[in-house]
Amino acid sequence: MTSLAGTRGLIRLILRRDRFLLPLWVLVLALLPIQTAVGIDQFYSTPAALRELYGTITSTPGLLAMLGPVFGATLGAITAWRAGLVLTVVGLASMLSVIRHTRTDEEAGRRELLGSTVVGRNAPLAAALLVTLAADLVLGALLAAGMVGLGLPGTGSVAYGLSVVAAGWMFAAVGAVAAQLTEGAGAARGIGLGTLGVAYMLRAAGDTGGSDSGVGWLSWLSPIGWAQQTRAYADERWWVFALPVALVVVLVSAAFALLARRDVGAGVMAPRLGPATAAPGLRSPVALAWRLQRTALLAWTAGLALMGALIGSVADSVKNMANESSQLKDVLERLGGEKVLSDAYISGAMVIFALAAAGYAIQATLRLRSEEEGQRAEPVLATSVGRVQWAFSHLLFGLLGPAVALLAAGLAEGLVYGLVVGDVGGELPRVAAGALVQVPAVLVLSGLAMALFGLLPRLAPVSWAALAASAFLVLIGPLLRLSHWLLDLAPFSHIPKVPGADVSAVPLAWLLGIAAVLAVAGLAGFRRRDIVSTA
Amino acid sequence: MTATAIAVSGLVKKFGPTRALDGLDLTVNTGEVHGFLGPNGAGKTTTIRILLGLLRADAGEARLLGGDPWADATELHRRLAYVPGDVTLWPSLSGGEVIDLLGRLRGGLDPKRRAELLERFDLDPRKKARTYSKGNRQKVALIAALASDVELLLLDEPTAGLDPLMEAGFREVISEELDNGRTVLLSSHILAEVEALCERVSIIRAGRMVESGTLAELRHLTRTSISAELAAPPNGLAELAGVHNLQIDGTRVHLQVDSEKLDGVLRRLVAVGVRTLTSQPPTLEELFLRHYQAEQPAGGDGQRQQEVSR
Repeated sequence: MTSLAGTRGLIRLILRRDRFLLPLWVLVLALLPIQTAVGIDQFYSTPAALRELYGTITSTPGLLAMLGPVFGATLGAITAWRAGLVLTVVGLASMLSVIRHTRTDEEAGRRELLGSTVVGRNAPLAAALLVTLAADLVLGALLAAGMVGLGLPGTGSVAYGLSVVAAGWMFAAVGAVAAQLTEGAGAARGIGLGTLGVAYMLRAAGDTGGSDSGVGWLSWLSPIGWAQQTRAYADERWWVFALPVALVVVLVSAAFALLARRDVGAGVMAPRLGPATAAPGLRSPVALAWRLQRTALLAWTAGLALMGALIGSVADSVKNMANESSQLKDVLERLGGEKVLSDAYISGAMVIFALAAAGYAIQATLRLRSEEEGQRAEPVLATSVGRVQWAFSHLLFGLLGPAVALLAAGLAEGLVYGLVVGDVGGELPRVAAGALVQVPAVLVLSGLAMALFGLLPRLAPVSWAALAASAFLVLIGPLLRLSHWLLDLAPFSHIPKVPGADVSAVPLAWLLGIAAVLAVAGLAGFRRRDIVSTA
Repeated sequence: MTATAIAVSGLVKKFGPTRALDGLDLTVNTGEVHGFLGPNGAGKTTTIRILLGLLRADAGEARLLGGDPWADATELHRRLAYVPGDVTLWPSLSGGEVIDLLGRLRGGLDPKRRAELLERFDLDPRKKARTYSKGNRQKVALIAALASDVELLLLDEPTAGLDPLMEAGFREVISEELDNGRTVLLSSHILAEVEALCERVSIIRAGRMVESGTLAELRHLTRTSISAELAAPPNGLAELAGVHNLQIDGTRVHLQVDSEKLDGVLRRLVAVGVRTLTSQPPTLEELFLRHYQAEQPAGGDGQRQQEVSR
């Protein structure tokens, strides 16, 4: 087939360009679950301890929403659950890898240069897909081998490895389609990320209420859900693998079909013309920042509100879990009745919302960095806009944006939950307050991102590591029985569990103070330093 | 208004171990188009970024329109416009939006001039910035700068992506700017453009000024090539000051001579008797190439190095 001519050469080119990146993500993603298995084995060495952990997980909706369902009280099943995020991350890495070697090259004009040599029309997409799918396979094989090496059952390990491969393949295929749709790589990544986000949220919503919440079917709408429903280490369901295979075949065929119908450099969606003059309001750095950040703000707000509504709709049914265990019921009654369980469920979900909002906060704040590195800060700073004024225009979104998104989540959750239990007037303010108390902890991460941007711009991405560490401490830390001072490092550990617990102002004021100091330090540092340029 | 728009002396900027600027001096008079030349990596862009207050100088002094480019950045920026060499725009904004936004952030823009420039540069302002070619992105930045009512234009290789027709248009527009009394610092590699527009030029290399003056002055500093057939074999030519690359083949002579020493050489040739004579005036290319290619000074200042190599 001449349309595939040159694929082999392109594969070599991709391997050369990604000679560090590709092995890095494959190795990191392979080591994470193996490391997790070792850790769990250390802390929960007996079957009784594993059963206890299993009980804790299944009764903590926040954990189920974040990581997915757990299918058994064995080391393998709990490891597969604990490393559940690997499925999302491998999807992300695979998708970005495909877009990077197709649309990004095309947008940059490198594809054109290649197209003039003996390279077939389908070769770049085929090469990008082959490399990515092969990397996923290597990852799966490493995982399965590693797990067997740790003494876990072979069948389960193969199923586990394959579930990771399936997640990677499905989103590589999603990336292949997204890369055909738009002219810009950024927009293609946006489509891919949006798809991944929806898949994650559907799965989270479906899994959050445990196995009999009535919304479990939502997980079956999500490719990530499929990968988990193969149930590695817990009576593997091999037939489920038919779903990812079918999806990959459909999406990859669609991508090649779309490719055949469009011009090099063009997207399936035609770019629209913009206005010839700017709207009267586009006359300040804040107006520009709003133009650049509004889509993300609306997407995060809508996403969190949707999650809130889903959690609100199942919160009341959580109390059914208590009916199955009379011992749990006794404890609950002493604590204040069945409502405690729903409240704990709602406040647990708030932590997840807060972590998501913190991700958005960092993204919005670090827009400063990408504007600077992309040399789009320079033209603005060469006008009569001051540095602080410019930095503040984006920081504003890092500070207010997450508050808006969290409030939307709280209101949606409170409204739906109120409607279910028939007390909107009572529940709406309680639940919304639960979302709002998270804001100070989120702002600490906005402040950290700002401080790094202003003082140590090269280290700005460390903000993401801080978020990952916080998430680990607040979600997994208690399970691993980490010491208190370690847990206290995460700003989210200091937030009262609302609704349920009393709100004390002191920790919230401290967090706000820390956030303010960090942000001001960042602004002060930015006033003093050189603006980076690559030229 | 001050008589010097830009006054830079002893400017030093280090990036880690490399000294991007190493004691740079630069003076630009108000109301002139000043050519700013030098090989890639000589420090032209770094100088402009310091003048814009984007970078902080490690040593030396810089004055811009009578103010301090770092401390008074925002006030000074109302009075100047900048066109970067590599224009990157916000992909989701249309060209027209970018022009208006930058103009407004600078403190206002003349809508009539904007329309006229759009026409002259043949730019469709409705297209999204992501779909513009390099040349069109350059035009967006140029129009935003030229339609603003400012005293000083800082242009960093502004025509690098323009086609020859647009480049000619650019020259026309800049000449008009000059008539309006604006000052322009024009960093460029295009010698024809510099020759057409600039009264004075400064050449920098390795972070230092190596030559500065009017084009006539600089021409004067360079060499003229002479080929002659004489009545008899000449002698004593080699001893004359300012003679280079002397080749004597019987009665035929090829030599190069520093322009200011031309008189003495001609007198000597006439004394021998001249049959034929061709002389080639120095081209701007030769002038620049000499400065671009010259050896890195081993020590001391570049100016003296220049004297010695002559």
